[in-house]
Amino acid sequence: MRYLPLTDTDRSDMLATIGADSIDDLFTDVPEEARLDGPIHGLPMHASEMAVEKHMRRLSKKNLAAADAAFFLGAGAYKHHVPASVDHIIQRGEFLTAYTPYQPEIAQGTLQMLFEFQTQVARLYGCAVANASMYDGSTACWEAVAMAGRVTKRKRAVLSGALHPHYAEVVKTMAKFTGDTIADAKPSIQPEPDTTGLRDRIDEDTSCVVVQYPDILGRVNDLTEIAEAAHAKGALLVVVNTEPVALGAIKSPGEMGADIVVGEGQSIGVGLNFGGPYLGLFAVRNPKHVRQMPGRLCGETTDAEGKRGFVLTLSTREQHIRREKATSNICTNSGLCALAFNVHMTLLGEKGLRQLAAENHRLACLAADKLAQVPGVTVLNSAFFNEFTIVLETDARALVRKLAAKNVLAGVSLGRLFPDVDALSQGLLVAVTETTSEEDIDTLCSALKEELA
Amino acid sequence: MNPPNKSGWKPAMNATDQDGMHIGPATVSGNRALMLEEPLSFEIGHAEITGVDLPEIDPAAANRLGGLERSDPIGLVGLSEPETVRHYTRLSRQNYAIDLGLFPLGSCTMKHNPRLNEKVARMPGFADVHPLQPVDTVRGALEVINELAHWLIDLTGMHGVAMSPKAGAHGELCGMLCIRAALEARGDARKVVLCPESAHGTNPATAAFAGYETEDIPAGADGRVDLEALKARLGPDVAAVMITNPNTCGLFERDMKAISDAVHEAGGFVYCDGANFNAIVGKVRPGDLGVDAMHINLHKTFSTPHGGGGPGSGPVVLSEALSPYGPLPYTARTKDGVVHLIEEESAESFSEEHFGGVMDSFGRMTAFHGQMGMFTRALTYMLSHGADGLRQVAEDAVLNANYILRSLEDLLHAPYADSGPCMHEALFGDKDFGGDLSTLDLAKGMIDEGYHPMTVFFPLVVHGAMLVEPTETESKAALDQFIASFRSVAERANAGDESLKQAPYYAPRRRLDETQAARKPVLAWNDPNLT
Repeated sequence: MRYLPLTDTDRSDMLATIGADSIDDLFTDVPEEARLDGPIHGLPMHASEMAVEKHMRRLSKKNLAAADAAFFLGAGAYKHHVPASVDHIIQRGEFLTAYTPYQPEIAQGTLQMLFEFQTQVARLYGCAVANASMYDGSTACWEAVAMAGRVTKRKRAVLSGALHPHYAEVVKTMAKFTGDTIADAKPSIQPEPDTTGLRDRIDEDTSCVVVQYPDILGRVNDLTEIAEAAHAKGALLVVVNTEPVALGAIKSPGEMGADIVVGEGQSIGVGLNFGGPYLGLFAVRNPKHVRQMPGRLCGETTDAEGKRGFVLTLSTREQHIRREKATSNICTNSGLCALAFNVHMTLLGEKGLRQLAAENHRLACLAADKLAQVPGVTVLNSAFFNEFTIVLETDARALVRKLAAKNVLAGVSLGRLFPDVDALSQGLLVAVTETTSEEDIDTLCSALKEELA
Repeated sequence: MNPPNKSGWKPAMNATDQDGMHIGPATVSGNRALMLEEPLSFEIGHAEITGVDLPEIDPAAANRLGGLERSDPIGLVGLSEPETVRHYTRLSRQNYAIDLGLFPLGSCTMKHNPRLNEKVARMPGFADVHPLQPVDTVRGALEVINELAHWLIDLTGMHGVAMSPKAGAHGELCGMLCIRAALEARGDARKVVLCPESAHGTNPATAAFAGYETEDIPAGADGRVDLEALKARLGPDVAAVMITNPNTCGLFERDMKAISDAVHEAGGFVYCDGANFNAIVGKVRPGDLGVDAMHINLHKTFSTPHGGGGPGSGPVVLSEALSPYGPLPYTARTKDGVVHLIEEESAESFSEEHFGGVMDSFGRMTAFHGQMGMFTRALTYMLSHGADGLRQVAEDAVLNANYILRSLEDLLHAPYADSGPCMHEALFGDKDFGGDLSTLDLAKGMIDEGYHPMTVFFPLVVHGAMLVEPTETESKAALDQFIASFRSVAERANAGDESLKQAPYYAPRRRLDETQAARKPVLAWNDPNLT
């Protein structure tokens, strides 16, 4: 077997050194009735690299790759161009096959990368400190709610109706077990989010208000008033961002008073991957909140010769030290995805990120204008970044399936995201990025024209 | 030409021979031949530099950003592509990795990461697919999830599997939430979860997050759970017992079946931490030992890369009693052979057929379907090894660990060596060290020998613990070299060799001051010219 270096001679020599007659002598602690006497039935035997590749390729061909269609899906996962050098760097064995940097003297590569990553995320979010990553945006969202509970010592979180429904579900799932109360709402399909309704739901017991920016319908709105309303009641504002590219064009959540900013980092460097692995981002505006943060933090220090170096720090918050008193049970996070983000963001830089954001917005505006011309299509949003909602005169979910058969992946229907809300069934979320061509937009428009005629 | 580096960062100069070691003259650059210093990207980049060609922004273009344009500088810097590649390549060389040598980190299973897995994960049909595409366009992806699920069920002898957990600790949480949901469904509000003292820190942290109080289970003199003490503690308040098997001392819990039977009799559930599954894959099925839930770290046993701290993947296999409570979404194959994606709206219609009753999921744990990129890699690995190869994996992993145990037990305190063979990892303590040397000093000495140290100070039940897990992907020659180094450093430790206290000498950095890092945390770069 190509991954196993021991030869049969090695095996018998080693057994002799150990003083065992056979390999079975090393498994004597396993009760005899539980020991399997041979390979498990019903599973195939080993296979060559060529055979396995063929099998997997056959499975991969049963999927329609985004690049092979006119593609407009978003809703928390976006198709962006990832420069070739990003994938090259994350495949260097020194990054790919390293462990969590517990021995900092021989992990400065990973640690320095994490320090750069934390700096990039903090600046992008308008925050003071970011951690070294979480699993994904949705789990980071729950961790933010949990952290707000620790900071305020309150147990009632208010969710905006325009928060990604899967994020809201993750929060509600976890809250069932921790005893937190989650006040959620259904989204209203209006050109602008219902901030008055949200403000009215904040009370003296509220630990945090959770809003998404841009929200699940693609709308962007000023969060300053919500921040003030939350702070007036002693609550924190948690802002969720699922499209980091947007923050190259619109104000950061930190600038508008967010206390905890979390999000999905997949757009920068990571790729679609059918939903994972992704990259949870987590940052706080007030450095005093650092000790309540979940997850790993990389910090600067010096070595015995006075040279600058980096280590994992403040680990007294973490499970391997604090056990049942830890701020989170998270251990492995998304290190390699953080590297991909870090490399891609370094390639972009301030200038590139702003250009990328501008190009996304330009094409999204173009798509919105063209779609508005299609009979039976109304563009809902008054403001948006690269994703907006259109309202059809028919069930959007069924329409999306029909268009998929024509190689047009038209977007994410609100019916798929909110199956229980009939009022949203005609809504379709359309995302446009720098990878969308004007030809793709025309293809979508004519396919819609045909179906809606 | 690039704008000049404005930060004023200078590489640290070489140390003189303060430790009485000959390290040659200082260099102007601070480099030592191939040992290259590298500043932060923020110190060499610039806001006006970019390594990506994008259209220039038209300042006159109208926008629909609702008046929220970001006008202040973000504070990011860019590098051109050649500078970027060089920056990260230079950083990479400051990392130890499996590709460079044996990585004996106990309980972490640092085995070779096959490159076919990487190639497969990058096939456009897997890598370039959106999680919310219409299901008819992702049947192959659903088949991968379902096929992997089947392997996991067959290898563990369990009834069902939850695929969405993102890593081991997330999987633990999933398993504990299933247990709590099952108990609540029968109106049984139990409060306590028992964990052995040797448990991974994630176990008590997870139990606490799932709303339980945790209590320690005492260990016997043989490093295993004390069955009689456990039985005495079981009662109507115990929701579950969390056990790692093989345990973190590298030993198989011989009484596992009796433990499970006793827990079940007392109305509780058995959670097994599957971090150490590599020792028994293909040899023993946890389902035959009475386990109710066990997470499997695909990034350990099934070779997906650790990536410097993730991403991982932690599917959870479940017993028949717990399967109905698993998280959404999940996949299911119907009689016509089609694999479906079950989310909330279709869960009820499928549960009748698959569970003979109403599926009562505890909810959603993550936005999408789990770590697809890890699923493709793990499945590729399983298909490569096959049922026969996986069995050989466990045998070779255990053989390699025992070889290390028996090659060092004359020099180092091996607390359980007399009780029989170990499983996939060998445990040593610091009892025979001379002077005031600690396990940390030995670990840093191993760095100078060119190895990543073993897991140190864990498990907590052995003083100065050193947990060595070689894995099956090491040759005998590699093991012999490692043993020679380990013996040499152990001899120095036993002799009280004070020079170990200053180790490492040859790494990119000497010992780093962790106290300073925690006392005055610097967690992001600040431009010294602005502060």
